Amino acid sequence: MLKYLFAKNEDIAPGTAAVFFGFSSIIWFVIGTGLGSFNAAKLAFPDFVTGSYLFSFGHMRQVHVLAVIFGWISMAFAMAMMYITPALGNTRLWSEKLGVWNCFLWNVGLSLGLTLLWTGMSSGREYSDMPWFIDLYIAAFIALPMAINVWMTIIKRRTQGIYTTNWFFGAGVFMVTIVFIVGNSPEWFNLTGLSEAYLTWWFAHNVLGLWITPIAAAIAYYTVPKVTGNPLYSHRIGHLHFWSVVVFYSTPAAHHLMSAPLPEWLKSFASVEGVLILVPAIAFVSNLLLTMQGKWHMFVENVEIKYTITGVLLAVPLNMQGGFQQTRAINWYVHGTGWIVAHAHLALLGFSTFLEGAAVYYGLQTILRRKLYSLALANFHFWFLLIGFAIYWISMTIAGLIQGAGKIYEVPYIDVVIAEHPYMIARWVGGTMVFTGNLVWLYNMWMTARAGAVIPEGRLPHELAYER
Amino acid sequence: MMITLYFPTVDMTSVAATETGLRKQLSYGRIGGFSYEDPFLKGAGKPKTVVLSQDPKTGQPIETVEAYVYEAGIPFPSGINHPRTLGPGVKELSEGKGQIGQADHSQGAVFVVARDSDSVYVENATATRGWQPAEVLTTGGDANTHYVGSGKIMFVREGCWWCHTLLPEETQDWQYFGVPPRLGDYNGESPTAFGSDRKAPDLLHVGARNSSKEWMMMHFFNPRLVQPHSIMPRYDYLWGEKDGNGNAIDFAAWRQAYTDYREGKTVYPPEVPSMASQSEIRYLVDFVLSLK
Repeated sequence: MLKYLFAKNEDIAPGTAAVFFGFSSIIWFVIGTGLGSFNAAKLAFPDFVTGSYLFSFGHMRQVHVLAVIFGWISMAFAMAMMYITPALGNTRLWSEKLGVWNCFLWNVGLSLGLTLLWTGMSSGREYSDMPWFIDLYIAAFIALPMAINVWMTIIKRRTQGIYTTNWFFGAGVFMVTIVFIVGNSPEWFNLTGLSEAYLTWWFAHNVLGLWITPIAAAIAYYTVPKVTGNPLYSHRIGHLHFWSVVVFYSTPAAHHLMSAPLPEWLKSFASVEGVLILVPAIAFVSNLLLTMQGKWHMFVENVEIKYTITGVLLAVPLNMQGGFQQTRAINWYVHGTGWIVAHAHLALLGFSTFLEGAAVYYGLQTILRRKLYSLALANFHFWFLLIGFAIYWISMTIAGLIQGAGKIYEVPYIDVVIAEHPYMIARWVGGTMVFTGNLVWLYNMWMTARAGAVIPEGRLPHELAYER
Repeated sequence: MMITLYFPTVDMTSVAATETGLRKQLSYGRIGGFSYEDPFLKGAGKPKTVVLSQDPKTGQPIETVEAYVYEAGIPFPSGINHPRTLGPGVKELSEGKGQIGQADHSQGAVFVVARDSDSVYVENATATRGWQPAEVLTTGGDANTHYVGSGKIMFVREGCWWCHTLLPEETQDWQYFGVPPRLGDYNGESPTAFGSDRKAPDLLHVGARNSSKEWMMMHFFNPRLVQPHSIMPRYDYLWGEKDGNGNAIDFAAWRQAYTDYREGKTVYPPEVPSMASQSEIRYLVDFVLSLK
């Protein structure tokens, strides 16, 4: 990577930034899920590793969360943007060199930020835990260069219209920059108390609603038509999806603070807007599943479609849950329990990870012009990811319902902890399976780059998946 | 985005701080996350809470009062630096009768929460009663001094709030874990550290449920000493190198003795080392016991 940082832009091959982003994202995924598995072990067996603050759950929890969000998910998004945006504009990435610098500074900044968090330097606000100078770094050297590169590529495109995916990409990089800066503003403008709490959750919710969900969906809008060869079922529904995300997804943050003394009108408003999230969700899922018409065999045969459609299908329970659990009646029962943990993992480890997995699999093969090293290992990864996630999700949902019952019926808390113990072990087993699958993925992609069969010019990777 | 960003923020600034809100921000001090005076969240640069039952100036007995001591150089909390944070009414009283405008952080100051008919406000006791930080600390003594502000830092740094919320849910919780907070209870507090995922009991009023310092010590050193089924991590490293008597703590020997007890080789578990006066565990216990 270092040699590309100071090369001339013209000397850098197209797709270089995407490849670096792709491998970085996989490595961060391995790190993030490794930490997750370790943390889960500590919840099941509290005396697992003790004696130092470095291995304390409280120090590692946010490192796991942010490594996954900023490392895996966002870098996989960056990877997708670096090759899909130019492909859809029939052009090259605006600046390959800026992309490589972006990737380099991203890895440096994230490593630094997570190390500081690990040692205890924290702003103390959930999901925006990084101290303010790291926040500034992220805004200036991670979000902004990515946004500029994506926008300039869209502006310099050689096609007439802008395809749905690029709508989402262009809006997503804009919205995440605003959300990040505004969400972290309490540290810069002396916002305290409930205003700060509200902004913290406004950030935490909108980083999901205006960054992770739309960008993940945008990937599906690209991979499904590209790999199946079917045109997108309806661009009109795509636009309904886009605008309803912008309107409805940006408003329900207060449902995270239902029992805080915030204005009642705000909480009711958040609940109603939360249920309206079903509009973009139904638009997205129906559009993608109808695009699959006549090509459903590819759901079994093709790795990328398998990942994408699994992700799309997981959006169904995700958004049903999402709308459902922010109504006051359901929030009353499940808020603050393992149910919510399960839901968060359904969003990040289920829905979006499967879509990003497809983007990284497909992108690396296309850019490197190499056939996947091992289809068997890719399937192994898929099933370990899916089964590990399912174990996690089901066990935490049950644990959450137990906790909710404990909360409502005033059961002594320790009885709830005892009842949850088997599910905590199941959570650890599921998390460890995901981690194992990712290790295999890293090996598989590394070997693809090293020893994969070369794809001839004019062919696409999925066309020769079964050719020997 | 505009709707949800703009409206609640406007609303919040017209909220008057409650007595709880004033006590919280005066005992916690300035922001509770990363700051210049305490980058690695060690608990530095924070006020001390002293429970006084005699006037440090005259020595006369007075009704017990909590004094918040800001020694020279310790940054004042949000409400003193930005009185608008205190909310309408409280701001005017604090500036007029409380004379908070005269406090200078380079000289240090002592604050108390005062009451005027049915309003509460912050009183700068250094200006109104002549209480100097050093005098108050001497009068109170170590036993009556609580490191609540530094303890809040420990609570944030050690991630206690990943499992314990500071916000009873809008359910029967309000009978079980205590009264719900009110709108002005958080003025000037940062971070609020509500927590979101409750793997353990709510702590907003834990000091009212359990005020035993000894129980807390055992619980933090090894939670399974007081609750065999607890999944809480051990926080024995917060004790530091030395115990309250200045002797080095032998963690390996303690753990060996504890293992022997767990295996039934001894009848009693080993004694938990006492807390040193300026240790992180002392800060944390003081904070937890202040949650009433």
